[in-house]
Amino acid sequence: MSDETPNPEKELSEQNLPGQRGEHGEEVRLQRGMFGANNGGDTSGYSGLVRSIRLPGPANRPYGGWFDEVADELEGALEEQGLLPAKAIEKTVVDRDELTFHIEREHLVRVARTLRDDPALRFELCTGVSGVHYPGDKGRELHAVYHLRSLTHGRLIRLEVSAPDADPRIPSLVAVYPTNDWHEREAYDFFGIVFDGHPALTRIMMPDDWQGHPQRKDYPLGGIAIEYKGAQIPAPDQRRSYS
Amino acid sequence: MNTPSASPRETTEGAVYTVTGGDWEEVVQSAAKADDERIIVNMGPQHPSTHGVLRLILEIDGETVTEARCGIGYLHTGIEKNLEYRTWTQGTTFVTRMDYLTSFYNETAYCLGVEKLLGITEQIPDRASVIRVLLMELNRLSSHLVCIATGGMELGATTIMIYGFRDREMILDLYELITGLRMNHAFIRPGGLAQDLPPGAVDAVREFVKTMKKNLPEYDKLATGNPIFKARMQDVGYLDLTGCMALGATGPILRSAGLPHDLRKTDPYCGYENYEFDVPTADTCDSYGRFLVRLEEMRQSLRIVEQCLDRLAPGPVMVGDKKIAWPAQLALGPDGLGNSLDHIKKIMGTSMEALIHHFKLVTEGFRVPAGQAYAAVESPKGELGVHVVSDGGTRPFRVHFRDPSFTNLQAMAAMCEGGQVADVIVAVASIDPVMGGVDR
Amino acid sequence: MGLEEKLPSGFLLTTVEQAAGWVRKASVFPATFGLACCAIEMMTTGAGRYDLARFGMEVFRGSPRQADLMIVAGRVSQKMAPVLRQVYDQMPNPKWVISMGVCASSGGMFNNYAIVQGVDHIVPVDIYLPGCPPRPEMLLDAILKLHQKIQTSKLGVNAEEAAREAEEAALKALPTIELKGLLR
Repeated sequence: MSDETPNPEKELSEQNLPGQRGEHGEEVRLQRGMFGANNGGDTSGYSGLVRSIRLPGPANRPYGGWFDEVADELEGALEEQGLLPAKAIEKTVVDRDELTFHIEREHLVRVARTLRDDPALRFELCTGVSGVHYPGDKGRELHAVYHLRSLTHGRLIRLEVSAPDADPRIPSLVAVYPTNDWHEREAYDFFGIVFDGHPALTRIMMPDDWQGHPQRKDYPLGGIAIEYKGAQIPAPDQRRSYS
Repeated sequence: MNTPSASPRETTEGAVYTVTGGDWEEVVQSAAKADDERIIVNMGPQHPSTHGVLRLILEIDGETVTEARCGIGYLHTGIEKNLEYRTWTQGTTFVTRMDYLTSFYNETAYCLGVEKLLGITEQIPDRASVIRVLLMELNRLSSHLVCIATGGMELGATTIMIYGFRDREMILDLYELITGLRMNHAFIRPGGLAQDLPPGAVDAVREFVKTMKKNLPEYDKLATGNPIFKARMQDVGYLDLTGCMALGATGPILRSAGLPHDLRKTDPYCGYENYEFDVPTADTCDSYGRFLVRLEEMRQSLRIVEQCLDRLAPGPVMVGDKKIAWPAQLALGPDGLGNSLDHIKKIMGTSMEALIHHFKLVTEGFRVPAGQAYAAVESPKGELGVHVVSDGGTRPFRVHFRDPSFTNLQAMAAMCEGGQVADVIVAVASIDPVMGGVDR
Repeated sequence: MGLEEKLPSGFLLTTVEQAAGWVRKASVFPATFGLACCAIEMMTTGAGRYDLARFGMEVFRGSPRQADLMIVAGRVSQKMAPVLRQVYDQMPNPKWVISMGVCASSGGMFNNYAIVQGVDHIVPVDIYLPGCPPRPEMLLDAILKLHQKIQTSKLGVNAEEAAREAEEAALKALPTIELKGLLR
């Protein structure tokens, strides 16, 4: 019987996985086992469990509420400028009552300017950039997330732009929203996203001679082990973890 | 005659004058010869009147500031990265230390974001929301008090500082009664609160409101009409509405430009739509207007605190879902806060499943469905936004804080350039940046 | 510092030591070195209710050249570390350092790339004050303990002797990993 013992690694190739409940959406990572502990064994009996983690996928019309109005206006305004909306807007995600436009990076500035200036849109206030590093999202690892607020209409939308690690360039929005000056410097400092057209893209938080971009996922936390009375507790990122 | 100037180096522009020792007259003469009176002054990062470790680089021509730049990052703590190695609940312990003057706002904004990701925003018990509002409004009072106190101290008005800290102490006493700590509370948790109000808290808050109503007019008497105070503050740190919108300035700065934008009104959270209060504005666009706005906001906060006390109805303070709510009922033990003895007796003595559940929830935490969310609250400084991203794990994938101090501080250059050196202090004080929030 | 450092050891020096210590402890001038949350508690200690003026210490100096006590109040980042050292170097001798709060003492909960894991990597520390942030009463206690230390500090040859003894004791002391006993 021993030669028939299933080899868990072989058995769990991608083809013969059980069907996922949510097939739509983007896969960001595979989770194996029950606890996600990667050091030490998993004694739960669920070590063969494999699940793919998916972010919410593109939504279909109607989006509901004022979302359709904003999307219509934006698409119409882009068309007026001679830009096919499908070219600029990669996809539209509606999740948790929030509207997200994924924008192709070369059209970001035009889209942002339209969002700011079109009287039916009027997103006057940009609340800055949040960089996110998805190492599992191959070819578009670095995401820059902008939240735009319209004081005129009382709305909030999100723009998301991605760039590959190999070419981390995203056009700067400082010309449209001057408030993004420091925010883009921060995203550059922490994630290494190069904002083309930024007037002075230098480090802002870390010292000027710092090596690396500390909030990327491939940058270690950098803590030290704690030693006391014969016990040693590893740094937070070295500990046995559950995720 | 020896020239007091050193030879220009690669890193310098023009002549470098060594003014440590030597004859001052000589230095001044040779500087006059060069016909270049620009001086670059470096203020901070350790300077008593820069609100913490802010570094200001000023180019001055005589007494006039021709260019002003900020150097920040001297308090960068890496909190956003640290959060990625802790569970969602443990995150509150970190975020409360970002802008340490507005702890409850950081906690609430973070928890609102996590609750949005979990999809439990609607299930937060009423009592928890009311207590959140109560704590936030007390926090607005204490934050504005520090702003006015330290702002006054930086002008040389130490009396205002003593008054401000006197009243702030009373609020800290309330915090201590309610959360057990004077600062850095970690009291608001995803799903509700760490625990209910202790006995006597409501009466103590009522007592405080009474005292504070008597104390608040003292600031009016002390400062509002004071000619010296007005002379220092009026028309200093000017930033109009266009500038505010372009630079993303929110909070009292925006309201001092005349726009009554307040997230509590335009995008209510925690049930703010049920409270009666006004959004004060000023139309002067200057430091004095910001001072008046802050003073009036403190009055409005007292109003909201009173309404909170009236709205407090008995009930739970944590969501019912036991997969999210902390399993234990906390009780005050001999060495501080801990699990109640009844709970320990139950999990250790009678229910193996309860023990396992407790252990898993505490060590591993709860899972949050993959996705992203943005939650914003109106902190005393402006729009405090939190962008939380989950990858379906028990720990945040990314948490980004859009701190109002960080964004508002960008306006420093626009407010100071062309003004006097002494007015830089006033302008920075009127922005009220807290470096813990700026640098995170 | 001055003449007293040159005095011979023995009766004369010990008396001068006591007098100098008494005078020094009664008017310590702290430099304002507020960094983070602890700085707010430090300011509170200076304000009305706790009133640091009772101990002759209400005058916080803006310039390190006029100060002899540095209260490192808050987390020290890698970017701030050189600045901190420079400020310390600018203070005239004799000078003392209180490391206020866990972040300054050991890095505290911020065990990461940005924060120096204990300010004693940069400057010598006289008093470590735990707490996050410590209450004003705790800061007062630390300051009183520092006063005791200043009162009993040595001068001249006695100071050199004391420094040698302290160094020997430090070399002999067990590292924390080799300590035994309960984890508390």
